[in-house]
Amino acid sequence: MDLAIQNLLSPMVLFFALGLAAASARSDLNVPDSVAKLLALYLLMVIGFKGGVQVALNGLTFGLIATILAGIALSFIIPVIAYGLLTKMSKLSSVDAASIAAHYGSISAVTFAAVTGSLSLLGLPYEGYMAAVAAAMETPAIFSALIIARRADGMQQGPLIPPHLLREVALNGSIVMLLGAFAIGIATGERGYTALKPFLTDLFPGFLCLFLLDMGLVAGRGLGQGRKYLSPAVVGFAVLMPFIGAALAALLARMIGLSVGGTAVFMTLAASASYIAVPAAMRLALPQANPAIALTLSLGVTFPFNLIIGIPLYIALAKTIAAP
Amino acid sequence: METFPKTRIEITIEAPILSRVTQTLDSFPISGYSVLPVISGRGHDGSWSIAGQISDAGRMLMIICIVDPSKAEAILQAIFPIVQGQIGIVTTSDVRVIRQDAF
Repeated sequence: MDLAIQNLLSPMVLFFALGLAAASARSDLNVPDSVAKLLALYLLMVIGFKGGVQVALNGLTFGLIATILAGIALSFIIPVIAYGLLTKMSKLSSVDAASIAAHYGSISAVTFAAVTGSLSLLGLPYEGYMAAVAAAMETPAIFSALIIARRADGMQQGPLIPPHLLREVALNGSIVMLLGAFAIGIATGERGYTALKPFLTDLFPGFLCLFLLDMGLVAGRGLGQGRKYLSPAVVGFAVLMPFIGAALAALLARMIGLSVGGTAVFMTLAASASYIAVPAAMRLALPQANPAIALTLSLGVTFPFNLIIGIPLYIALAKTIAAP
Repeated sequence: METFPKTRIEITIEAPILSRVTQTLDSFPISGYSVLPVISGRGHDGSWSIAGQISDAGRMLMIICIVDPSKAEAILQAIFPIVQGQIGIVTTSDVRVIRQDAF
């Protein structure tokens, strides 16, 4: 209970709530789009760079390789489960269900930042390479969803994933930033981290709060516009799916032997849904899908659910699940 | 002043597919095009705004291309398969320009 209250009263959650409240009250408060994009790039840069530095410091350990492989496997499998659930629970078209499934198989960088922020406040360490795991879990879900959509439509001809699409998804700006910063982190190690520490660490909580204010505004306005898509079945899916992802991640984390903090981060990654990289990729890969449905669910329902209820719950569960 | 007839092609399209459209335009012998951000609007799914959008998926752009009328049909034929399934609008209009040699 203390953890939940502490989480609810954290500046991150309160700034998100401020954005939601401002949007609901139809305030003209807004973050300029170029600033929002800069904040997203900053967030990806910090996560990628810090992950790379940790790999440089600790080397290629069993834990790193096993967790990355487990993360890739989850990112492929979660869309299959999500698609199955959506087609059983709702009346969505197969292409909409596949698009939503891709969002839930991928990860949310902001939710990752929020859980690591909560762990820092609680003084719970986590494996530094989890940023690398986050990067690895970003894209497999996109390809998994594409395969699902093609099978659902009975498309047998042509390559499973067209080469031009593979290139466009792999070179998506957010993925290039995350992986590029990760590579620079590995290359420069502790020396690079020391040089950038004021920018990467000291300013991070403030920028994250600003980012969450924007997320609250976008989520609040998105909910206003996308309310018509929120049938009880799809809202139920958006709340149920994080638990399924988190449960699978908890099982794998226990097998790998992750710490309490690492288990909480891995559960949160699997429970989160993308709204930066995947929406753009879906407009390229599955243009027939309605983008408003997936975005309303991932940003308007699952993100606040994870931020307010999920993260403290995953941390509490990780304390009982993680290897001693 | 003497003016000359041209065709203005306006393509309002989702930001993620911009490069597909511009690569296609680049393959034609045309003098150029301009890309403009679209700030906000309202469509089949209600109103939207660029404010606060963190992903390119929520952004719209407009490509303006002024070409000789004899090239317009071929350009539209090439653009159509790209924009067919996407959100957006393609329009053409007859315009007059003052510099014939610039297009």
